[in-house]
Amino acid sequence: MLKFPIYLDNNATTPMDPRVLEAMLPYFTNHFGNAASRNHPFGWAAEEAVDYAREQIAALINCNPKELIFTSGATESDNLAIKGVFEMYASKGNHIITATTEHKAVLDTCKHIEKLGGQVTYLQVNSEGLINLEELEAAITDKTILISIMFGNNEVGVVQPIREIGRIAKKHGVLFFSDATQAVGKIPVDVEADGIDLMAFSGHKMYGPKGVGALYVRRKNPRVKVTAQMDGGGHERGMRSGTLNVPGIVGLGKAAEICRTDMASDTARIVAMRDRLERELLQMEESYLNGNKESRLPHVSNISFKYVEGEGLMMGVKDIAVSSGSACTSASLEPSYVLKAMGMSDDLAHSSLRFGLSRFTTDEEVDFAISHVKEAVTKLRELSPLWEMFKEGIDLDSVEWAEH
Amino acid sequence: MAYSDKVIDHYSNPRNVGTLDKSKSNVGTGLVGAPECGDVMRLQIEVDENQVITDAKFKTFGCGSAIASSSLATEWLKGKTVDEALAIDNMEIVEELALPPVKIHCSVLAEDAIKSAINDYRVKNGLEPLVEAKSHH
Repeated sequence: MLKFPIYLDNNATTPMDPRVLEAMLPYFTNHFGNAASRNHPFGWAAEEAVDYAREQIAALINCNPKELIFTSGATESDNLAIKGVFEMYASKGNHIITATTEHKAVLDTCKHIEKLGGQVTYLQVNSEGLINLEELEAAITDKTILISIMFGNNEVGVVQPIREIGRIAKKHGVLFFSDATQAVGKIPVDVEADGIDLMAFSGHKMYGPKGVGALYVRRKNPRVKVTAQMDGGGHERGMRSGTLNVPGIVGLGKAAEICRTDMASDTARIVAMRDRLERELLQMEESYLNGNKESRLPHVSNISFKYVEGEGLMMGVKDIAVSSGSACTSASLEPSYVLKAMGMSDDLAHSSLRFGLSRFTTDEEVDFAISHVKEAVTKLRELSPLWEMFKEGIDLDSVEWAEH
Repeated sequence: MAYSDKVIDHYSNPRNVGTLDKSKSNVGTGLVGAPECGDVMRLQIEVDENQVITDAKFKTFGCGSAIASSSLATEWLKGKTVDEALAIDNMEIVEELALPPVKIHCSVLAEDAIKSAINDYRVKNGLEPLVEAKSHH
């Protein structure tokens, strides 16, 4: 039996795996101790659980357990990485390189850095969402301290050439930070092989709990430090104060362990469903896949349906929960800045849908989504004067629109 | 955003969707809005010798409120004289469909579409265009 609406917005958040919840529960009640309490068994039990979670997470991303700083989530990790490096390495330089399609937690942090007197280069992406490595290398100056490029994009799923970026960073002695929120747990991430110095990720995008995340901070070759952004008890090697969220951390650890053991089988299943969804929807006339088809995450598909309007489309697909390329907060629609950065026109950006699949998505749900979306697009096109004009061979760009 | 039952009804069962023959002299066509703004409405009226609107059709590219506003407009237009049609005010559409403030522009666009269709009909029949469009650019 299908339960409506069907959840296909797993890039926004994933449901928590029941195995994760089970692992967390004792740490709310029986083992409620503070991991920083060194004088009694309550504290020891909590610390032991946190240490075990560090090992589970370290195994997933191939780092040393000591290199993990627990935070409240990826937004905090992004802030801590960028602001923390900017402060810590102020004597070396003040220049940061990032890209226009980064998450707002990175872009807005970079804007903040600019207000503090830092210099930020925002690399453009091509029409498939990929940065240009030559442009990246050319942007490096003797003042550059950090390259901040995300692993996989949250809207279109494009995976940047991380290893090459890591090599370029190393060659120039610049730190490389990657927001890997959408990638960790979904595709192999190896901070050693990928040459990553700092990396942000979050529990709730990988079937773990909300309110917990981590920042990987390299300890060797080179030894990286970030200036703490909160003052307090000096937890997490002095980089992030605050009593540890023990149940959350236990959940993040368990989620990481399951992602590691189940990644191959999960991915095979998810990719098969994603490809079927895509194949069916792209059979419709004037529908377009957004982002590079090869280098991308396995669980996301972003498709534009030309000549239908995004908000109307969202209303037509109310039995599935997806995201649209248009953020309509007021009378004026704001098309997705990621799709815009990829050079897409406003109207095509408005009419895009992001489908995010998960470990828990079923074939029946995908079947339903396919027919539901096809039906809505067909209906809206029958209603659309633009579709009729297109069918009559009228070039819509040549029409003088009465803009309002 | 929560839509009113009436908006959902018009969106799910739009009235008078279609196309009239715009080459006919008694058919007036209004095409308003722009794709990059997220709304394009095309509204057409067919007028008989007594200045009565005998048929009205629309097609709309836009959100549910835009579709509902134009669908409702075609319902109201049928059977009205051209002069009566000119008197339709966008706030009547807002009230009927219980549009929230952020969607008032949809009703303005529908009123524009009506006036634009009437003007097209007037010009085709050798009359001066009478009215100013309500929306400002």
